[in-house]
Amino acid sequence: MRVDGTARSLRVVLAEDSVLLRDGLIGLLTRCGHEVVAAVGDADALLTAVAEHEPDIVVTDVRMPPDFQDEGLHAAVRLRETRPGLPVLVLSQYVQRSYASELLDSGDGTGVGYLLKDRVGQVEEFVDALHDVAEGGTVVDPEVVRQLLRRRRDPLERLTPREREVLALIAEGKSNGAIARELVVSEAAVGKHIGSILTKLDLPPADETHRRVLAVLAFLRA
Amino acid sequence: MTGPGFLLSWWPWRSIAYLFTGAVVGLAVLVSIVTVAAVGGILAVVLVGLPLLVVTALSGIPVARVERRRLRLIDLDPAPDQHRTPPAPGLWPWLTTRLREQTTWRELGYALLFGGLLWPVDALVVTVALLFPLSMTATPLLMATVGDGTEAKVLKQWTVTSWPAAFGVAALGLVLLGLCAYVLGAAAGARAELTRLLIASREGELGAKVVELARSRVRLVDAFEAERRRIERDLHDGAQQRLVALSVTLGLARLDAPPGPLADQLTKAHEQAGKALAELRELIHGVHPKVLTDYGLQEAVADAADRSVVPVDVDLELPGRPHEAVEAAAYFVVCEALANVDKHSGASRATVSGGHGDGRLFLEVRDDGRGGANTDGGSGLTGLADRVSVLDGRLALSSPPGGPTLLRVEIPCELTERPDRSA
Repeated sequence: MRVDGTARSLRVVLAEDSVLLRDGLIGLLTRCGHEVVAAVGDADALLTAVAEHEPDIVVTDVRMPPDFQDEGLHAAVRLRETRPGLPVLVLSQYVQRSYASELLDSGDGTGVGYLLKDRVGQVEEFVDALHDVAEGGTVVDPEVVRQLLRRRRDPLERLTPREREVLALIAEGKSNGAIARELVVSEAAVGKHIGSILTKLDLPPADETHRRVLAVLAFLRA
Repeated sequence: MTGPGFLLSWWPWRSIAYLFTGAVVGLAVLVSIVTVAAVGGILAVVLVGLPLLVVTALSGIPVARVERRRLRLIDLDPAPDQHRTPPAPGLWPWLTTRLREQTTWRELGYALLFGGLLWPVDALVVTVALLFPLSMTATPLLMATVGDGTEAKVLKQWTVTSWPAAFGVAALGLVLLGLCAYVLGAAAGARAELTRLLIASREGELGAKVVELARSRVRLVDAFEAERRRIERDLHDGAQQRLVALSVTLGLARLDAPPGPLADQLTKAHEQAGKALAELRELIHGVHPKVLTDYGLQEAVADAADRSVVPVDVDLELPGRPHEAVEAAAYFVVCEALANVDKHSGASRATVSGGHGDGRLFLEVRDDGRGGANTDGGSGLTGLADRVSVLDGRLALSSPPGGPTLLRVEIPCELTERPDRSA
């Protein structure tokens, strides 16, 4: 867990209609040294609260009043249209590629996260993901990643199993170091795999972080 | 009506009552219809009469109601009302339902026939069949009163001048009265048959029942879908939220707990909460997947393909969204088919393709497995075939032993515009 000197304290706007869970999230975020500047219960209030507080990151539920459809997700997409690069972490009760890709298609795909609500309980993982997203990373829930890996379709068909594994970990928001630790290989080996993945996905060398996001997007759309 | 018991029963009286009230009601019907239609026709020039003309068109309904009630005088079988219940309360739904029903127009036809032709016949039969024998029976009485004991006229035709002749005529009248009772019974019976044929016929009843059954089946499917969605929502906004909150609390408690048996217990509890959440999530998804509601069939099928262990190619293009029940049935067919592919087929690849054309939604699920699937033996496919047939659709399965298996579903439906997701 990175609740130490290196991690900055984030100003968070939280949107969650269940009071019970909202209180739990506020407690969790406060406990980890972040400040919840506004906690709201519906999508309209979310838009207003973001305009008012200009937070570092928005954490929102997908399903919210009044219709309990995907208001939260759409509010997030709209927020990112007017404020490109605003980090948004969306919590969903479902594993849904459609939600994840709609979110990632908003803006350039950096600074977004799509996590299952279950993941909030894994406090360390959740807070790590929060930081990654706030710093412009892209985080996709491992459950979505797992489902996507079952579909061995173009363009992923060109990748070796190891490369797919690495790509999946990138999608989960892991750094090269973290990937190396997880797969028990050297960081140089991870770098080599990533290079090969980017080549196979036709992503010519450019800004390194940006290409990683594009690779995740390609992965999601596969 | 056979045997002398008839004469002593209530039936002759019931027949007389039926025919007599028929004459009275028929006259009233004639007067009312003519009045309303005439006034309506005249006032139609200034538009206020148009509602009156509508009333005229609907006049068969009250007439038929009275007639069905009157029918019970001589017909023991109930004559059911064949009108449908309007879909919503209020005058307008009632009016549009009635005006679209065949029954309404058949009843109007009956009312016109009744007012124009049937009631005079009723009146004639009851008059002739009662008046003739009664006046013959009354001959001695007439002779004693108006005829001064010397003469009396029978049916204003023949004159009798002696008492024995008068009593003879009276006896003849009594016999005739008995015969006329049969005539009245037969006339009333025929008249009732005609009424039943026109406003309460068995065939109409059966047809109405079949239509109603088909409708109620569709209503059941809709109710079933609504209930699924309600359950999904309840689980989702209730149990699942609480479990997530519990999991968060346990996660926080773990951070704060000093290492030791308490921390271990908390870890265990936390893991169990996580497992319960995962199970609940799968359960809710099986009840009614949210992606189907939010994004429609195309995305839901792609999602089902994602979940399949066997790799699945999806080729489904829909320019709009079908009705909810159709969407749900189609989705569950695909899910069941893919589950079967996973479990039984031994296939290495499956394809889901489909589209919309000629007013029907069609879907095909094929795999390269060993085949041998069938819809007997209580497989999930039977239930799906039933669900599809409720929507007037068809489910066809081709699965020779050795494979490949091809499942095809066709459901008639119209597509509605795809809602704009970017709004």
